[in-house]
Amino acid sequence: MAEHYKIAIIGSGPAGLSAAAHAAELGVSHILFERAKQYSDTIYKFQKRKHVMAAPETLPLRSDLPFKESSREEILGGWADGMGARASNVRMGTEVTGITGQKGAFKIATKGGEEFTAEAVILSIGVQGNLRQLGVPGDNWERVQYQLDDPDEYQNENIIIVGGGDAGIENALALSVGNNVSIVNNQAEFAYAKPANRALILAAIKEGTIQGIMSANAKQVEPGLMTLSVPDGEIQVKCDRIIARIGALPPRKFVESCGIQFSSPAPTAFPHVSDTYESNVPGMYIVGALAGYPLIKQCMNQGYEVVEYILGNNIPPADEPLIQAKLDHIKPAINPSRLIELIRERLPVYKVLTTLQIREMLLGSEIHFKKPGEVIFARNDYTNSFWSIIDGQADIQINPTNPAEVVTLQPGQFFGEMGLISGRRRTATTVARTDCLLLEVPRNSMIRLQRSVPEVKRVIDEVAIIRQIKTYLTPTVDDAALSEVVASSEIVALKPGEVLIQEGTDDDSVFLIRSGSVTVSSTIGGQEVVLAYLPAGNYVGEMALLTKQHRSATVKAAVASEAIKINSTAFRALLDRAPDLMKQVKGKLETRMRERVQVEARPEDTGLIEFLLRQGFSEATDVLLIDESLCVRCDNCEKACAETHHGVSRLTREAGPTFDSVHVPTSCRHCEHPHCMKDCPPDAIRRAPNGEVFIGDNCIGCGNCERNCPYGVIHMAAVPAEKPSLLNWLLWGAGPGPGEDKSEAGMNARTGSKHATKCDMCKDDPAGPACVRSCPTGAAIRVNPEQFLNFLREQGR
Amino acid sequence: MSDRAGTANTPMRAHGGADHHESFLVYRKFKWLKIAALLSLVCFIAYLVHQPKDIPNGGTWLGYTLGGTGAALIVWLTWFGYRKRAYSSGAGRVQAWLSAHVYLGLALVVVATLHSGFRFAWNIHTFTYCLVLIVVASGIFGVFTYARYPSLMTANRRGLTTAQMMANIGAIDAELRTAASSLGDKLAALVVKATQETKVGGGVWEQLRGRPRYCGTDEAARELQTVLRQDLGAEEHEARKLMVLLTRKSQMLAQMRRDIQYKAMMDIWLYVHVPLAIALVVALATHVFAVFFY
Repeated sequence: MAEHYKIAIIGSGPAGLSAAAHAAELGVSHILFERAKQYSDTIYKFQKRKHVMAAPETLPLRSDLPFKESSREEILGGWADGMGARASNVRMGTEVTGITGQKGAFKIATKGGEEFTAEAVILSIGVQGNLRQLGVPGDNWERVQYQLDDPDEYQNENIIIVGGGDAGIENALALSVGNNVSIVNNQAEFAYAKPANRALILAAIKEGTIQGIMSANAKQVEPGLMTLSVPDGEIQVKCDRIIARIGALPPRKFVESCGIQFSSPAPTAFPHVSDTYESNVPGMYIVGALAGYPLIKQCMNQGYEVVEYILGNNIPPADEPLIQAKLDHIKPAINPSRLIELIRERLPVYKVLTTLQIREMLLGSEIHFKKPGEVIFARNDYTNSFWSIIDGQADIQINPTNPAEVVTLQPGQFFGEMGLISGRRRTATTVARTDCLLLEVPRNSMIRLQRSVPEVKRVIDEVAIIRQIKTYLTPTVDDAALSEVVASSEIVALKPGEVLIQEGTDDDSVFLIRSGSVTVSSTIGGQEVVLAYLPAGNYVGEMALLTKQHRSATVKAAVASEAIKINSTAFRALLDRAPDLMKQVKGKLETRMRERVQVEARPEDTGLIEFLLRQGFSEATDVLLIDESLCVRCDNCEKACAETHHGVSRLTREAGPTFDSVHVPTSCRHCEHPHCMKDCPPDAIRRAPNGEVFIGDNCIGCGNCERNCPYGVIHMAAVPAEKPSLLNWLLWGAGPGPGEDKSEAGMNARTGSKHATKCDMCKDDPAGPACVRSCPTGAAIRVNPEQFLNFLREQGR
Repeated sequence: MSDRAGTANTPMRAHGGADHHESFLVYRKFKWLKIAALLSLVCFIAYLVHQPKDIPNGGTWLGYTLGGTGAALIVWLTWFGYRKRAYSSGAGRVQAWLSAHVYLGLALVVVATLHSGFRFAWNIHTFTYCLVLIVVASGIFGVFTYARYPSLMTANRRGLTTAQMMANIGAIDAELRTAASSLGDKLAALVVKATQETKVGGGVWEQLRGRPRYCGTDEAARELQTVLRQDLGAEEHEARKLMVLLTRKSQMLAQMRRDIQYKAMMDIWLYVHVPLAIALVVALATHVFAVFFY
């Protein structure tokens, strides 16, 4: 006769332990199975003395076991004590091999051949059971490992850590003390890591204690040597050991054998769970990392909650008050579970997300209620959050000159994806048509979500392609005529420098640049000469299509870019049907050919384009340019900047390169996808509605932005002392004058901690940037991408 | 190329108005030149048409009008010094102010001359008029330097900043000292001369001349040339190396001194223009006071 319990808990991670502790606390009959010989095997296998964080900070802990930010040892000790004190029923070293039956009578079989029965089952097995492998030739070398138990075991070795997540970073930092460590990250930034870890690894890379190999992927392993593919080719790195910390896959096979379905066939998908963590098998519950929640505190809360749910107590989740607080201003009142229901029902973008993922997303998002006529965002705003309509209708004003010309969006549709993708200004004003309930997800959350759930990106792209083609190419063509073009289009992602079109080839597709920018170059007199620079929103490739000749120029991505590839047959058919478009495309073709002839006659003129592209024009939205033939070096621009920004100038006039007489001073370019913004722990760097990238007062002075800026325009500075008024100085010589900091009070009086300072383009001053305003000779101007072309033309004269 | 991006994304906020560089002299198609010329022309015609009872002078109605206009111009032109530093002021770009400052300053000469009725004497009135001429003349010189030196400066710099030029010179000095450690006393003394008796900058005249009266490096190079003519034996090779270093340093010094010279040229006239402008305001007040109370 099998032992019978009310609740069987599989896995003693933070979630399972917390569930068992709560069941014991309530006196509910239960049994906890653990495959390993100790609790929480995953955390047990953390590095010794590893510092464990308690994110998210705002979330309250709800468990009978203790947990706060501290060391691995302290946390495991606290849990063992808590479990001991509650006399929980635990089976260590017992692996569950199968679960059958249904609610009220589940049968649980173990590897040892025992059988147990339970009314309900909690699956809290985590995802570590199935560590992701390198999966490249040679990865069976005995020195490729997927775990690091004790960093002190290794000394004086060349070690490659693969993986830029928290585990990889922590291993790298711990090993770097006595070894030569390289960390291989498949992305350009440490997006998945906790902010504190990110700051530490970036600092270590900067100091040179760890070698960072970014945007790299494992290609091959040979004993003692690892081959990596990097953006500009392949590199080989010598190594005595490879430690791959590249995450884990859900132990899907076992879970599916229990009858549980996953949300999608994607390897990264999670099982569907209800609000009460119940899977599609009634009575079988899933909590913790397997449900898509990897954070310890969340796991522990879920363990506690799931026991309550099984007992029929419908307590609200721990994050309920945090989400509720976002809904307090909404009328008629709506509660979080109703909101989540609406999001799942109505918003296709988020359909594949589990309830838990939606809750997590909501923690960082805003819910808005807009009255009819209220502007949601205006054309040319520089905001780049992503909006969805939960209820009501919104109008997109497609014609800037006539606000009455609108496209009405229905519940379930989204908008704002163009700004999200291109990093540029909003292309159209959007206004609430009726009472509107809107979900606004910030750019960072959306990017994270698109990466972890590819389905989200796919749904957005499907609609975005149509809208981008319409907006950038064919505003006058109706949807029906476009359908063929859209159906045959695809998105091409380009790395910096990657070739989109090769001169002399025969392909005749047309490409619409939807993010980033490209350069058009041609071989003239044996030399590659850049003919033009095209930012997002332009198309290329029409020349070969219309002239039916070989490609006449090479098109390369200037920065990481995306283009929509439009099939030439479909495009030609569209041109035949839309005479307006044909006229426009032909007009552009003519202009381009004419300009090309001009360039060929004077190739030296294109040196300026190349120079400016090297200075970051290709990703800039606003650049300060100084004409040195007009600049009298009075530094009034610097003084003006300092005087309008707490005494610290955000530009260095003298520094920075010069071409002919065009000087690019060290000053912020306000990039489309700002490098500084990538890694700001308190999210203090933001983009103002007018495009200015600025640093808010909540800067903690970590210096990440200073390190991440490729143009060296961010400086850490403390605020200097107050100065006397201008007239006081001018007439009576009181205190340091404009741009000066030489008084006794001067440098010594700079008090307080350092904060990041950078150009904010004087966003709060309606008169515009002080540097340009105060230039007496007209040497300083600010140019945005729309004006670049005109600038180049004027400069060429 | 594409105009589409331009039409789709016209910026909302003023960027300071221009998408290409435009000198303060050309500002808005010579807007202030035209205004100043018009003002001068009106004053000139009024002067020709006007038939005073007496000979033309500052005491007629036209004389007072011209005087009032001139006084207002002087006060306004002086105010530029304040406006230039009032960085948070939204009252127009400083470029526009400078454009107006230059052309209206020139118009002031016409207005003041007509106001004088060409009657000059050894008194406060003529003194004030002379100050106007000197201040405007210094201003014209300023405009000339602003037009001439910026391009020369860029060409001379060859992409280096002041700090980089200093660092390069410092690096050569370090090389010289290293070289000196293996040299005989005579050659080592030249190195000491070159490293310790060389300065850049200096007084006003040295800055404006672009070279000092005495430069240790140049002197050392000259002396070394004489030394090289003699038979140096084993030291010859070292001495030639020294020559290369000294020549390179000389070139760098010349470049840096030229840079300082250009900057000095663009600054020096302000030391006449500004103090005399203030003196002019004081003289103007005295002139007005004298006219009305004597």
